Amino acid sequence: MVHHTINGKAKPIGEKWVWVTSMGLAVGLLMVITLLGLIVRNGLAVFWPKPVSRIELTEDSRFAMRGTNVLGGMIAGSRTKIVQSAEGGDREWHLMVGNKDVYGATFRYIDHAAAKNISFPPRAIMVERMEYGFAIGLPAAIHMADGTVIAANDSTFDRDLKALINEATTRRKEIHRIERKDIGVINHELQQLRIKERRLSSMPDGETDAARAAIGARRAELQKQYETLVTRAAAMRAEQNAHRLELELFTGESRQLPIGAMVHAHYPNAMGFGDKLAHFGRGLWAFVSQEPREANMEGGIFPAIFGTFVMTLLMSIAVTPFGVLAAIYLREYATQGLFVRMVRISVNNLAGVPSIVFGVFGLGFFVYFVGGSIDNLFFSETLPTPTFGTGGILWASLTLALMTVPVVIVATEESLAAVPRGVREGSLALGASKWQTIARCVLPASAPGILTGLVLAMARGAGEVAPLMLVGVVKLAPSLPIDHIYPFIHLDQKFMHLGFHIFDLGFQSPDSDAAQPMVFATTLFLILLVVLLNLGAIIVRERLRRKYATGAF
Amino acid sequence: MNDTPDAPPDITLKAINWNFYYGSNHALHDITMDIPRRQVTAFIGPSGCGKSTFLRCINRMNDLIDGVRAEGSLLLEDQELNSNDVDVIALRRRVGMVFQKSNPFPKSIYENVIYGLRIAGVNNKSVLDDTVERCLRKAALWDEVKDRLNHSALQLSGGQMQRLCIARCIAVNPDVILMDEPCSALDPLATSRVEDLIAELKQDFTIIIVTHNMQQAGRVSDLTAFFYMGKLIEMDKTQKLFTNPGKKQTEDYITGRFG
Repeated sequence: MVHHTINGKAKPIGEKWVWVTSMGLAVGLLMVITLLGLIVRNGLAVFWPKPVSRIELTEDSRFAMRGTNVLGGMIAGSRTKIVQSAEGGDREWHLMVGNKDVYGATFRYIDHAAAKNISFPPRAIMVERMEYGFAIGLPAAIHMADGTVIAANDSTFDRDLKALINEATTRRKEIHRIERKDIGVINHELQQLRIKERRLSSMPDGETDAARAAIGARRAELQKQYETLVTRAAAMRAEQNAHRLELELFTGESRQLPIGAMVHAHYPNAMGFGDKLAHFGRGLWAFVSQEPREANMEGGIFPAIFGTFVMTLLMSIAVTPFGVLAAIYLREYATQGLFVRMVRISVNNLAGVPSIVFGVFGLGFFVYFVGGSIDNLFFSETLPTPTFGTGGILWASLTLALMTVPVVIVATEESLAAVPRGVREGSLALGASKWQTIARCVLPASAPGILTGLVLAMARGAGEVAPLMLVGVVKLAPSLPIDHIYPFIHLDQKFMHLGFHIFDLGFQSPDSDAAQPMVFATTLFLILLVVLLNLGAIIVRERLRRKYATGAF
Repeated sequence: MNDTPDAPPDITLKAINWNFYYGSNHALHDITMDIPRRQVTAFIGPSGCGKSTFLRCINRMNDLIDGVRAEGSLLLEDQELNSNDVDVIALRRRVGMVFQKSNPFPKSIYENVIYGLRIAGVNNKSVLDDTVERCLRKAALWDEVKDRLNHSALQLSGGQMQRLCIARCIAVNPDVILMDEPCSALDPLATSRVEDLIAELKQDFTIIIVTHNMQQAGRVSDLTAFFYMGKLIEMDKTQKLFTNPGKKQTEDYITGRFG
């Protein structure tokens, strides 16, 4: 038997449990850190430039393509072979050969043993294009529209190429602005005119002649504006094809590529650390700020970030008052008894309902029933095209609000219960009514706890995918839920979402090799967005906590 | 301390055969007493004797508890309190209360003092400012907090918090102030400040104080009532009760033989 002493010679019984509890924490931490480490590493590695190699294969290698035993591309990775082959060895490269328009596939696996000779030509160039992914090869010359040729060994070649690409990018932005913004506004107004006209058709002809004429005139005017814009855009589009870059592929072909289709070009083998860092930063920014291209496998994820952000915000706005009021009634007004206890248990259990069930409910109730009714009442002119009777950001937010409301109710109830009785009694003793006491004393004191609930709800809502697929998330949304066209906030708009984007890239994309790095990068940004939103709520909570200095939560 | 003239006392609060029940528990038996205006009346007695319960009957704070029942008559300025017609909110404005554990609201010092006015709908800035200064001065707290009126009241010390609660209570200008062991959580220095304050306040208010501290009852009160087992055993001028009690039980309690 152990004798306990207070001078520390023998430890009290039970101290060894410290090890068990700390091991529990250690295992948990290990799992979280491993997951985060994997995501951060793979997510950021996407943007770090890797060298482009020129590989000479052994004679008659089965890896040869296009009839030559030379090929090249960016080495995306090296891994243990899954299937053993005649060449022997156990490693293979994951090679991004690019030039999808020529080769058909972007990625290939090449055995280490199949390579006879490997080199890294310093002039190897990687050109990011609007379509067909990267072009990879050795630059030969620039063919200007006026027939001038700038050879690759010309001293001004790099500068000229960069200037031309920048010019093309500016022009592309302008085309985009015309087609999306200016023509978008005209289309919107034309649509409004069509609705107005349809409304007129239900009235007798005599009274509406003037109105009809006005609509006709306005339409003709808009049509003219539209033509002008289209002509301008077409002219600019033609200009995009004027200058060409001649590229010599590693497999021997010579290609002339329109510079207008290029986004960016870099020489990965000639880059110093500083250049690589700049390239990394540029890639990261492009990913965050641009729209996706090529079935979401190229370009950025801006619409998805924006959609997730707006949806989470709308959800918070919907869930907070709803949950807080319910919790106030349950905790402060309802007579505590069997019924209230059953309600409380049901609310808690609601948190365990699979989220897809909420999605189905949202589709049936919000989209078809509520949305359909709204369409019948207020948007009957546009029927059968639904306005609110189809998935949209409002319905998605409300569905998630419904899903997360138990979290808010439970957290709010806990924090209401933690408000000291003395505070309530003090308020009542001064002649305050019950509601005054709740609104002026109890709620401010429990605000930090309510915000904790909101943080949990936001984290759960922002990361949800399954229900969203039913109530308004799409693979590619034509426009953002908040934009420049009146009334600026389009709650009926379908939207993109980071969680769905991950699912779509990972499981629905035509080229899984190209999509895989994007999955990691998108996951990284989803986590960052959730952290950012939570940080916002936590900062507000700390402010409140300092203001009231209760320290009870 | 006890220098009231022997003229017929002006009665503020009158209890006649007051009985009070928590469910089936008969907590107060046939309490009959008169509480004079602008004097300090102390309730003493061992724990569970019903003195706090009786105090809470006066501003109907017991209403918050389920299953309570009262019989008899309790008259504040000849108005019956044991009735469903009583406007409890109006009553609580006339009968302020200071609790055992100081309970400032999670608000600024300024907002704490004017809480009673705010909920009554007073929003005139100059009235509020005047009230804050007047009440904090009366509660002997003004000099300590005048430069940080917008700071949280929860940053004050225990004694300051209790004086803030007193200031908050007098801001609504009640007739009666109930004090439920106001010093039991305070150190001796803070206690003596609150006691001085009570002596000041009785110029304007009728004060009823529950205390476990016999010396405190002797120091601050004009009248003392001794409760035991839910009954009022004896009530008399403090000096007389402490020097020459009329009942054996009172004498035993005061001299520390039980309780």
